[in-house]
Amino acid sequence: MAEDEANQPEERLRIDHTPPARNWMAPGVEFRKGTYCYPGAQKHLNYLELPNPREWQPGDEDWKLPENWKEIVLAGMKDRLSRDRAFGLFLDICVRCGACADKCHFFIGSGDPKNMPVLRTELLRSVYRRYFTLSGRIFGKLAGARELTQDVLKEWFSYFYQCTECRRCSVFCPYGIDTAEITMMGRELLDLVGCNINWVIEPASNCYRTGNHLGVPPHAFKSTMEFAVDEIEENTGIRVEAPINRKGAEVLFIAPSADYFASPHWYTLLGYLMLFHEIGLDYTWSAYASEGGNFGLFHSKELAKRLNAKIYDEAKRLGVKWVLGGECGHMWRVIHQYMDTFNGPADFLEEPVSPITGTPFDNASSTKMVHICEFTADLIENDRLKLDPSRNDQWRVTFHDSCNPARGMGLIEEPRYILDHVCNHFYEMPDNTIKERTFCCGSGAGLGADENMETRLRGGFPRANAVKYVQEEHGVNLLVCICAIDKAAFPPLLEYWVPGVEVGGVHELVGNALVMEGEKERTTDLRGESLVGEEGRADV
Amino acid sequence: MSILYPFIGIIGIISLVTIGIEVLRWYFLFGVIIPYAALIAFIAGFIYRVLKWARSPVPFHIPTVCGQGKSLPWIKANNIDSPSSGTGLIKRMALEVLLFRSLFWNERVELKRAHQLLYRRNLYLWLGGLAFHWSLFIILFRHLRFFLEPVPSVVLVVRFLDGIFQSIVPVIYTSDVIIAAALIYLFLRRVTDPRIRYLSLPSDYVAILLLLSVVFSGILMRLFYRVDLVKVKEWAMGMLNFHPALPEGVGLLFYIHLFFAALLIAYFPLSKLMHMAGIFLSPTMNLKNDSRMRRHVNPWDYPVKVHTYEQWEGEFREAMKEVGLPVEKE
Repeated sequence: MAEDEANQPEERLRIDHTPPARNWMAPGVEFRKGTYCYPGAQKHLNYLELPNPREWQPGDEDWKLPENWKEIVLAGMKDRLSRDRAFGLFLDICVRCGACADKCHFFIGSGDPKNMPVLRTELLRSVYRRYFTLSGRIFGKLAGARELTQDVLKEWFSYFYQCTECRRCSVFCPYGIDTAEITMMGRELLDLVGCNINWVIEPASNCYRTGNHLGVPPHAFKSTMEFAVDEIEENTGIRVEAPINRKGAEVLFIAPSADYFASPHWYTLLGYLMLFHEIGLDYTWSAYASEGGNFGLFHSKELAKRLNAKIYDEAKRLGVKWVLGGECGHMWRVIHQYMDTFNGPADFLEEPVSPITGTPFDNASSTKMVHICEFTADLIENDRLKLDPSRNDQWRVTFHDSCNPARGMGLIEEPRYILDHVCNHFYEMPDNTIKERTFCCGSGAGLGADENMETRLRGGFPRANAVKYVQEEHGVNLLVCICAIDKAAFPPLLEYWVPGVEVGGVHELVGNALVMEGEKERTTDLRGESLVGEEGRADV
Repeated sequence: MSILYPFIGIIGIISLVTIGIEVLRWYFLFGVIIPYAALIAFIAGFIYRVLKWARSPVPFHIPTVCGQGKSLPWIKANNIDSPSSGTGLIKRMALEVLLFRSLFWNERVELKRAHQLLYRRNLYLWLGGLAFHWSLFIILFRHLRFFLEPVPSVVLVVRFLDGIFQSIVPVIYTSDVIIAAALIYLFLRRVTDPRIRYLSLPSDYVAILLLLSVVFSGILMRLFYRVDLVKVKEWAMGMLNFHPALPEGVGLLFYIHLFFAALLIAYFPLSKLMHMAGIFLSPTMNLKNDSRMRRHVNPWDYPVKVHTYEQWEGEFREAMKEVGLPVEKE
């Protein structure tokens, strides 16, 4: 009973943003149920050949670290300092002005001062000072330096897995210091001694073996696609195709695996398939590269590169001209900012040109991969789609900018342009919470597990609060986003904070609005809900 | 606690110089050796730190994008916050370095009541930071008149403009007032805002208190204990020409001012003050958002172990054939 009460939103919102009087430098971390993720499972660490596979739990006193764990971590730090300018620079130049302090969704939602981005970084920066700077070695604690102890390592584990690498703090930092970079480095260092979380390791291991995070083998991939094709036929009377591993297609299409295996992602998948059919796109899916997302990024750059390699490899094997990518957040961080560097140059591909409109995608001329929202916006602008936005009249829509497309690539207006043409009721959330200032869902960077729901709810609070605002002001009942993690994270989050708001994708609404040649009269949307004006017609 | 040490330090330093000058009469040490040593430490340390950063490569292309990227021709791109051209990048950097644009966006979030988060534009930090840095720049610029002969007219113009209110309040430079006010604000903010106090380190107070000490000793010298500026200039020119000559009759306050300034520049390369150079090297700021247009090369890239298509098909071939998926090897 008492626990039920504590779980009420109002109780959770008794947040004190005033830090304690006690100094933060003495490490102290408590692994409370509901706030942390389970560690990476042995078998997956083994499969990926990662260090120190073992059975352990963060709550354990003994983390079964290798005997020389400290040397390993410090050597790893030294190595990364020499290999990545951003790491050392960001550790050196912070002036602790505090501009970032209240920009983090985890700090806003929890009030935990170590979730202020500057302090999250100080956890690592203090160790850097102790071992790698003159003033830290001489003045020690006075210069803000700390010994690396197991307690400090535990603190790192706790707080680098309470950061979703969303980069919001970086927007407000006068030097662009990006906590995502620090978190990535912190996680890499933790990984050197085998400290990571299963919600990152298992999808990565699945993806390595089967081609996708969910571990869907190729035959199951095919049958789920057939299922989608059947569902579209039922809804529209049209049988679309979903070609898989077809050599010689012009375009390879890659989406996050949740799109074909989870809900509400599923309706976005239907939207893609309908769109490609309607415009007659010469394309193929791949069962080998059946994942656009990349949980390797949440572990290390090396694992990200290992998983990402299959996109270009498969494009080469299938002989396509260029690659098109679906609605996904961190997938696009990797594709926009890392893929060409990781696994390029993609000189075996051609510079992408829309076969329907002839528009060249100059912005993707080197990486040769185009975002589906860029592709569809171009179709609409060139009047190649027949759209009936009234088929989305059951929805009053708002758009959530996913962190990575917004702050990792600047994909801001394309989805809005599409929404403008496929629905009639669109409302923006407050300016402080959208576009480059968008708030994370609180479950990104591998934190979307069930066991850390407390942390997720708190991290998702600022976003949910903005949704609540448009729900109250405009009656918004659908949050549209272009990220698979968002689509998985928001339903429970919104049900908790803002009951009555559903979650969907941009291409779900495209699918609803798309008038297909030869379609039967549509009475329901892709979710099987009656269209506005159609309710009760069956009874007549 | 963390604020106590720097305070004690400042008082210690003043006593040290006082004893050194008034009792021991170590003019040469305080007037020549220490300034030279500090200058050498500053230049060498500064170069060392910059080279150290510059030596490590930028393996990945990671600009923080704060606006619409360049994509389709009819979508208006934000070439400053998501720069795709060199001019856009220069504008972004210039706005940040000269006007502290990111701080201009600063807002304060407050949980007004349950379910009501309020975001309020907060310009105090921006204003305080900008006021401090710009007045510091003007003050340093004014000081050029001690080191250049003839004094360039632009220095004199700036000095004249800075002193424009002297018709109302004599001998007061506008920049002196602003820098003192800004530093006091920044200091009080650190002490009184519980969040900022929590995240502040002793070194953060050191930096502000050192600056305050330089500023106040300078102001005092102008206001109450007038120093013979001609003698100061002779000393400065002598230092510059490596013919150091001690200034006659400039008094203790000059030595205190000089010592604090020397400490500040010697401390500079050891400290967060290096952000002055670091901002220009920050990869989230100084890269264009063009990573899909131009390939960024990682100089230490190495081959990694991947799960190849052959290995993959090897595991699933039979099942694939059964459902009619094409395979490479029958």
